[in-house]
Amino acid sequence: MSQSAFLDFSDKRTYGAVAMGLLIAVLPLFLNAYWIDVCVSIGLYAILSLSLNVILGHAGIFHMGHAAFYAVGAYVTAILNTMYQWSIFATMPLAGLAAALVALLVARPIIHLRGDYLLIVTVGIVEIVRIALTNDVFGITGGSNGIFGIARPRFFGFRIVKSVHFYYLVWGMCAATLLLFHWLWRSRIGRALNYIKEDDVAAEGCGVDVTHYKLMAFVLGAFWAGMAGTLYAAKMTTIAPASFNFMESVIIFAVVILAGGSQLGVLVSSFLFIGLPELLREFSSARMLCFGLAMMIMMVWRPQGLMPPRPRRYRIPDRSKAGEEGKA
Amino acid sequence: MNLLEVEGMSKIFGGLVAVNDLDFTVEEGAVVGLIGPNGAGKTTVFNCITGNYVPERGDVHFQGKSIKGLKPHSIVELGIARTFQTIRLFSRLSVLENVLAGRHCRLKSGFLASMLHLPSQRREERDAVERCMQELEFVGLANAWREEGGSLAYGSQRLLEIARALASDPKLVILDEPAGGMNDQETSDLVNVIEAIRKRGITVLLIEHDMRLVMKICHKLVVLEHGTLIAEGVPDVVRRDPAVIEAYLGSDDNDEVY
Repeated sequence: MSQSAFLDFSDKRTYGAVAMGLLIAVLPLFLNAYWIDVCVSIGLYAILSLSLNVILGHAGIFHMGHAAFYAVGAYVTAILNTMYQWSIFATMPLAGLAAALVALLVARPIIHLRGDYLLIVTVGIVEIVRIALTNDVFGITGGSNGIFGIARPRFFGFRIVKSVHFYYLVWGMCAATLLLFHWLWRSRIGRALNYIKEDDVAAEGCGVDVTHYKLMAFVLGAFWAGMAGTLYAAKMTTIAPASFNFMESVIIFAVVILAGGSQLGVLVSSFLFIGLPELLREFSSARMLCFGLAMMIMMVWRPQGLMPPRPRRYRIPDRSKAGEEGKA
Repeated sequence: MNLLEVEGMSKIFGGLVAVNDLDFTVEEGAVVGLIGPNGAGKTTVFNCITGNYVPERGDVHFQGKSIKGLKPHSIVELGIARTFQTIRLFSRLSVLENVLAGRHCRLKSGFLASMLHLPSQRREERDAVERCMQELEFVGLANAWREEGGSLAYGSQRLLEIARALASDPKLVILDEPAGGMNDQETSDLVNVIEAIRKRGITVLLIEHDMRLVMKICHKLVVLEHGTLIAEGVPDVVRRDPAVIEAYLGSDDNDEVY
């Protein structure tokens, strides 16, 4: 049953993935609280980037406003928790749904736009959301100060407070995301998104409802970003519009582009993008210079990204043998 | 019975009338050729049928129902599949996945079933792969299923497009210059494939410049010039039609007819 097996050990990359999974599982044992916090942050970016990967990596939709949906999720959690005393985990589906709804409303009129035009509009989306939050449009977002005193999440009576708790929460969510999106990628829907990325006219001509699938990729990605927003709000206990600026969107976008399309690539690239600047902190003023240079070298050296996705595997009965049997 | 009826179709680009008040029918089970000199508007007619263009005037009926104004993917779902004049394969995806693209509209699994990898979704995938392998077998490309679509030879790419179209269970396939760029051997293989498609009960409408092929396999020809119908009928009659000879066949390469 090689087709349904999740791990394919004929691919060297699988060993890398397993090693990485084990490493992430035991990493907190060797890290102090500061570095565990950094890793929580990397995990959040990884979830966000995986959700953007569905839109940008699989469907090829140039979307640079993903922080907007992250913000919507975080604010829904913050508002429901501080004003209506909802528990954090109870707000999570709603945070996702709210982000998905916003995505549906803003994307429906623009989804047919060509790549570069769409990019400009999505940049607008993230700015509109940030400015709306700053100006306290509904009187519930706390203006530029944001929202304070978000409660710690409880998991069956267990209170998630310490960095290491959040570490396993965030990376657990990341693992679930990896699995669900991997299966999505393997399905007819993952293929449909790839057809659209390759040639949308041909995809439509083959019977793929291009507008529908582009929109749904957008909505699903936003839903996931909204849920990541819940985790962010719970981790920080304080959120403000400044955390969801355009630069955040650019970072998530860059993580996905650097990754090259595969989910493992997104993980590696999250570590590089978020972890590397922390490692380079000693160089203080020069660190962004080093980082920028590394990016440039990367793009020249591997323009296709770190890890382009491997071809999907299909279980086809061995044809050469079947032919021989036929002859015999 | 007429599977497809084009009635008074006109398509205008700016000041250019690409198709002018065109009427023709495609009978169920037939192989119909749409021919005419370059620039006669043949591909435009195809694009109006498949929903890539919406004609300014007139209507297109498929199985008695109007399909004008429907989006291309809905028209594929209704049972009209096409190939493109300039090959439009997903060149970086595998040959099998190219055929699976045609199968897409017949599969039902949604986002949730796919993300959760439900048993129903897995079963559907297995069946789809099996079915698409049969289509590859049908055009003789089954052994190449793993290769990238773009790595195939030109003639094979055309056959792959046909397999992709057939995977959508069409009642009518529209082939835009299927023999374009093919050598003699590939063309004669293509004739066999088209013949086999017809035997499966699938109606074929094709544009083709290779007159030998057209005369050999078509039951009926529709001749266009400057977007206007100038002749319609069985090949032997059309071939002798003075208007056709003057407009098209009687030009510089008369020998090509036979």
